[in-house]
Amino acid sequence: MSGMVGGIQAYRGSEVYELSPATREPQWARLTILGLSLLFFAIFLLMPLLAVFVEALRKGWEVYWQAITNPDTGAAIRLTLLAAAIAIPLNVVFGVAAAWCISKFEFRGKQLLITLIDLPFSVSPVVAGLVYVLVFGAHGWLGEWLSEHNIKIIFAVPGIVLATIFVTFPFVARELIPLMQAQGTDAEEAAVSLGASGWQTFWRVTLPSIKWGLLYGVILCNARAMGEFGAVSVVSGHLRGQTTTLPLHVEILYNEYQFAAAFAVASLLALLALVTLGIKLFIEWRSA
Amino acid sequence: MSIQVKNINKRFSTFQALDDISLDFPTGKLVALLGPSGCGKTTLLRIIAGLETADSGQILLEGVDTSNLHVRERQIGFMFQHYALFQHMTVFENVAFGLRVKPKNERPAEVAIHQRVTELLELVQLGSLAKRYPSQLSGGQRQRIALARALAVNPRVLLLDEPFGALDAKVRKELRRWLRQLHDELHITSIFVTHDQEEALEVADEIVLMNKGKVEQIGSPLEVFRHPATPFAFNFLGTANRFEGKWVSDGVQVSNELLPLPPTQSAHANLVVGGEVIAFARPHDLQIETNVEASQGVRAKISRILAFGPTARVELSHATQAETYYEVDVPTLIVASLNLQEGQAVRLRPSQLQVFSAG
Repeated sequence: MSGMVGGIQAYRGSEVYELSPATREPQWARLTILGLSLLFFAIFLLMPLLAVFVEALRKGWEVYWQAITNPDTGAAIRLTLLAAAIAIPLNVVFGVAAAWCISKFEFRGKQLLITLIDLPFSVSPVVAGLVYVLVFGAHGWLGEWLSEHNIKIIFAVPGIVLATIFVTFPFVARELIPLMQAQGTDAEEAAVSLGASGWQTFWRVTLPSIKWGLLYGVILCNARAMGEFGAVSVVSGHLRGQTTTLPLHVEILYNEYQFAAAFAVASLLALLALVTLGIKLFIEWRSA
Repeated sequence: MSIQVKNINKRFSTFQALDDISLDFPTGKLVALLGPSGCGKTTLLRIIAGLETADSGQILLEGVDTSNLHVRERQIGFMFQHYALFQHMTVFENVAFGLRVKPKNERPAEVAIHQRVTELLELVQLGSLAKRYPSQLSGGQRQRIALARALAVNPRVLLLDEPFGALDAKVRKELRRWLRQLHDELHITSIFVTHDQEEALEVADEIVLMNKGKVEQIGSPLEVFRHPATPFAFNFLGTANRFEGKWVSDGVQVSNELLPLPPTQSAHANLVVGGEVIAFARPHDLQIETNVEASQGVRAKISRILAFGPTARVELSHATQAETYYEVDVPTLIVASLNLQEGQAVRLRPSQLQVFSAG
């Protein structure tokens, strides 16, 4: 018995699995499954991505360059970056605080809090946008008070930022909760017993142990913040150069039959997605 | 520093983890909290450290009530069962942690921190590993680093939760001896939790035996092992053969056989003739008699003889109740001279018998 175990351990586990005919399916089955998944991958993922760039460059570099240097596009880029730049730090603070609470303490209503954090995932983004219109809009609950004080939220930048925060709300917290729950509270208890304050414990012990998870959450949050369409569309009002983010700008151009320009701007979003994936890969590799 | 535990109660919903526990831990001693899992020993340790709060009762450190003292102010070194080392810090930084988080006016200079950490790493014999990360260490090394880290802040008390629990048998034995020596050098009041009676007997100055949230017995290892105060204590501290029957003036009547009280022993005062009793004998305190016709002793049948070393272990079952088992340790030479065989009918007589009244 012991000899057999020794023999198996001489190989690496995965090699044994791949070499052994006992664990392999017949050739035709493997090729069919592999072929089907590659075909699917090509049609539904690769082709659209390629189409974006091909369409964007159909009328040449000049048109492409004009489309992305157009002042309206510039305004859309700036607004998109602004919304993300406000939403991400807020969601990081909120996400870390919520995950810390949920994973390190026991309290009543914990399950309810977890469910609430998931709300933006389960509700349609259009509904999310509509909720803000109903609360802050001209005929909404706070509409009169807001217009009296000359504060504009709906069909203005604050509304777009609010909608972005709402839809990206769960990303950081969702990423951290399972991680922090798995890590338990031993390290924190050790830190406190060694005399560390709550603040020191967080900065020196908790944060370093979750930094890769946190970064991963930020990346996902960022991707969603920049790409969000539905919720932002409802509260934006589509004022060109003022309240259009990149995805909204793509829609406007497309509706005006400026296909090459629409695809050119869309290619910016696609590039952004590719960069995000690259960073995500890097983080996964570093944290593994 | 002395630790006093006064009337501590702790309940987890319906489970009474600690039931009115009062204990005195003397200064400078190494005390074992021993008991089966779920007996409340770890909960008690965590309450002393302040990581858990008792429902009622007091913990006094050097006579001072700690009810309102935060964990970080108690100056207690706590070693966790799985060591809880900071994975992202080197061994050096792990040990230095307690010094670095001190308030600015108490924090030693960088040179002093360096010196203290180096000293501690030498103390735990791991000076060469300062730059490693915890994941690059073996279990035994991690345990010693955890101990060095706890000692760095000059704790008044050292609390160790199952310090050897996560180690393999051989390393365990080495570290036990090492911990004992370390304690003899430092003389810091220490409490360690364990479920392993051998570990407690070997390492501790004093043993607190716990069961179901209550203290069963307190005493030196020798005392607790030689004179278990309760049936639980007898059973928990080593292998025990158990006999149930009625107390008669010269022994225990087990069904229709007499288990005689050895002539060297006098009967317990609180036993009533005719009362139900439970008697225990250690495997080496039973003798095998080959004469089945003898008038005394419990009749049994040998089922197996394991003669590997100088002492043979003989497993027997009762002559009529086959599911009642006994274990007897006999010198291998005697097994040969008595010509004991598997399947042979014999009688068992105790040379030492502990009798408790049942109920």
